[in-house]
Amino acid sequence: MHAEGAIRSPYAEMARFLDATGQEALDQKRREAEVLFRRIGVTFAVYTEGGDPERLIPFDVIPRILARDEWERLSQGLEQRVRALNAFLTDVYGEQAIIKAGRIPPELVLQNEGYLPQMRGFVPPGGVWTVISGIDLVRTEADQFYVLEDNCRTPSGVSYMLENREAMFRLFPEICARHRIAPVSHYPEELLETLKSIAPESCSGTPNVVVLTPGPYNSAYYEHSFLADEMGVELVEGADLFVRDEMVFMRTTAGPKRVDVIYRRIDDDFIDPECFRADSVVGVPGLMAAYRAGNVSLANAPGTGIADDKAVYPYVPEMVRFYLKEEPILSNVPTFMCERPADQDYVLANLDKLVVKLARGSGGYGMLVGPHATQEQRDDFAGRIKARPGDYIAQPTLALSTVPTLGEAGIGPRHVDLRPFVLFGKEVRMVPGGLTRVALREGSLVVNSSQGGGTKDTWVLMEDPPAEGQLALPPPEEPAALQSQGQSQSQSQGKSQSQGQSSRQQQGEG
Amino acid sequence: MLSRTADCLFWLGRYSERAGNVARGLAATLRMAMLAQPLSAEDEWRSLLIATGSEPGFLAKHPAPTAEAVIHWLTLDLDNPSGIAACVEAGRRNARTVRTALTVDMWEAINDTWIEFRRLDPSVTKGDRLPGFLDWVKSRTLLFNGAATDTMLRDDAWRFVHLGTMLERADNTARLLDVRHAAFDASGGADASHYAQWQAVLRSVSALRAYQHVFHARLQPQLVVELLLLRKELPRSLLACYRSVESVLDAIADNNGGTRGACHSLAAQLHASMRDTETADILEQGLHGFLTGTIDRNIELGQQIGLLYLNGRQP
Repeated sequence: MHAEGAIRSPYAEMARFLDATGQEALDQKRREAEVLFRRIGVTFAVYTEGGDPERLIPFDVIPRILARDEWERLSQGLEQRVRALNAFLTDVYGEQAIIKAGRIPPELVLQNEGYLPQMRGFVPPGGVWTVISGIDLVRTEADQFYVLEDNCRTPSGVSYMLENREAMFRLFPEICARHRIAPVSHYPEELLETLKSIAPESCSGTPNVVVLTPGPYNSAYYEHSFLADEMGVELVEGADLFVRDEMVFMRTTAGPKRVDVIYRRIDDDFIDPECFRADSVVGVPGLMAAYRAGNVSLANAPGTGIADDKAVYPYVPEMVRFYLKEEPILSNVPTFMCERPADQDYVLANLDKLVVKLARGSGGYGMLVGPHATQEQRDDFAGRIKARPGDYIAQPTLALSTVPTLGEAGIGPRHVDLRPFVLFGKEVRMVPGGLTRVALREGSLVVNSSQGGGTKDTWVLMEDPPAEGQLALPPPEEPAALQSQGQSQSQSQGKSQSQGQSSRQQQGEG
Repeated sequence: MLSRTADCLFWLGRYSERAGNVARGLAATLRMAMLAQPLSAEDEWRSLLIATGSEPGFLAKHPAPTAEAVIHWLTLDLDNPSGIAACVEAGRRNARTVRTALTVDMWEAINDTWIEFRRLDPSVTKGDRLPGFLDWVKSRTLLFNGAATDTMLRDDAWRFVHLGTMLERADNTARLLDVRHAAFDASGGADASHYAQWQAVLRSVSALRAYQHVFHARLQPQLVVELLLLRKELPRSLLACYRSVESVLDAIADNNGGTRGACHSLAAQLHASMRDTETADILEQGLHGFLTGTIDRNIELGQQIGLLYLNGRQP
């Protein structure tokens, strides 16, 4: 829905369906969805609050729908952006041409907490640093998408993308069948292929891929175990791995087994106590030495935090031009960097119109949504910005588009964003769509699950007609009494069979 | 398979079995305590504490084994690592860690038990409601075992769960019999109290009817011992358990490069000690000695399985 209240054409069929389905029926479906997610155990740990440690992210039963041409343009932009980000990473840990060319301030990169000096001079297999990226997008009008932020470290949420689709198939088989929805369920296969493709050159045979998790108490543990399961690979914790002679092994019932590729869902700081934080208990001592020796591949590579830093973000369009010699397909949200005096003056004068974020925060913590804040909150942020301008960036509140969402008082418009997942190995792969997050409170702009956001299924519609020439199979055999001709059982058998069936029917009706 | 995965599966099997066994023990003791003189009721509850191996922990919290205190200790008290509450928690924690190695049916059996357990009103173990609660715990263990048996691939994941279940079951049968060993001593007469104890032992392993089906006779102590230790027909007999343990360990070894360790010879010995022994010999040498020796070797077997498979060998 847009400002004028017009409904885009991909929603036409859905709109008819929602009109025909009462609020009560939709509420019932929502409750069924909750039971479903709780039973499967799709849960998420929310920090800072007490109560149930394993909580559900609210699931909105009305899908968000994109037309195929919309997605195609988006996916081109996503591929371009991810290629530029990887070129940037290779460059800043290598010759630093973009800095020498004066296209990005050196201190912004080299003094950034996200920049890991340990990675200087290193090139990961294939020059791929961000094997898995999640790019957060928002839409303001029909053809205008903005990139809100890049997630190049350990982006999460893909399991919700997959489970949401499964839930929709189960709850709304009919309306799903009336659309041609591009499938997403092959994501784990694409991920596994991508991970195998970055195996060390020295690896012969099928690479042994593992998912490395901090453990069951991590908020995204469900996703870690889900992905390992779907890919059919081991889910390991740090203590399951050890390094000997710069090679990584896992401890198995049949003795040590060599590991070739690690999809690690542990932050850089914690992966190797010998290289980064010495107090890490979830990492693997010696892992970085094995990595540098080229005996194991890590996805994503350590050091990618410099590429998704909010202070570096304003320079991504410049990266596209500098490395790819192309014009960016996806726009950035205009961003004010409070450490620039002119920007800071503007931000302080316009706090009521801007969203202020920590340059290095995540999960929607510590942000100010100016138009919805009190004067007191704005004054508080003004003080913080003056004290540590380098910590803050600000962006205008966009006239975000909304999509129909089931609220307590019926269906209403809510703000959404979209996180497509981009896989990058030998080539770039994506499944159509991504994770749609929705701000469930009316008027709210914050979609983070830790701040009361929910998720929706995301449909990319395929408009091509179904392929011709379906397979033809003969109908299944039936007992003689039920058919007039064709293959039949002998008379007596047929009779007893049909008697049996009718008596079963009676039982069924009773 | 990852050693940690094997460890979690093994303990999942053990904890699930243990929760059911504690419930069975409680149900049998409840009957005995009803029959007993008021003065000896405490002995019944003390026997159960000893059988579950949790008497020291209990005495650190409670002055005397009253029915109320023992029931709470064995059902809802999370301080008791062998209590039902702790078994449900630990079983589910292990299951959650290795979700990918379980079938959906197994996970749901465990997770639903855990969810329902957390919602229980604490009065569920009080008075008349206790038998219903114990039946529920038993039925959840049966559901878990059924889900495992009916839905798991017969691979190492199944083998480690089953190994844990069988080892725990053997331990439980030996302990339940051992705390009442005096009632089976050759010198003891067949008075009413002994008779009730034989019944209680059989009941606690769901074998009272089975006894009749096998022997078609009045309860006799040597036949009860024979059934619980040496009959392969009874799924909870030590022979049946150790036969499974030995063959499962063999299959695990075959599937993991053929290496065998101390656990394999120990399992073979335990199996042989049930297969090649007569009831009369056991009673002659002393039931108590035989059972405590078995329990000790069972513990040793668990440790050796840990060393070879569960703790993560390094070259």
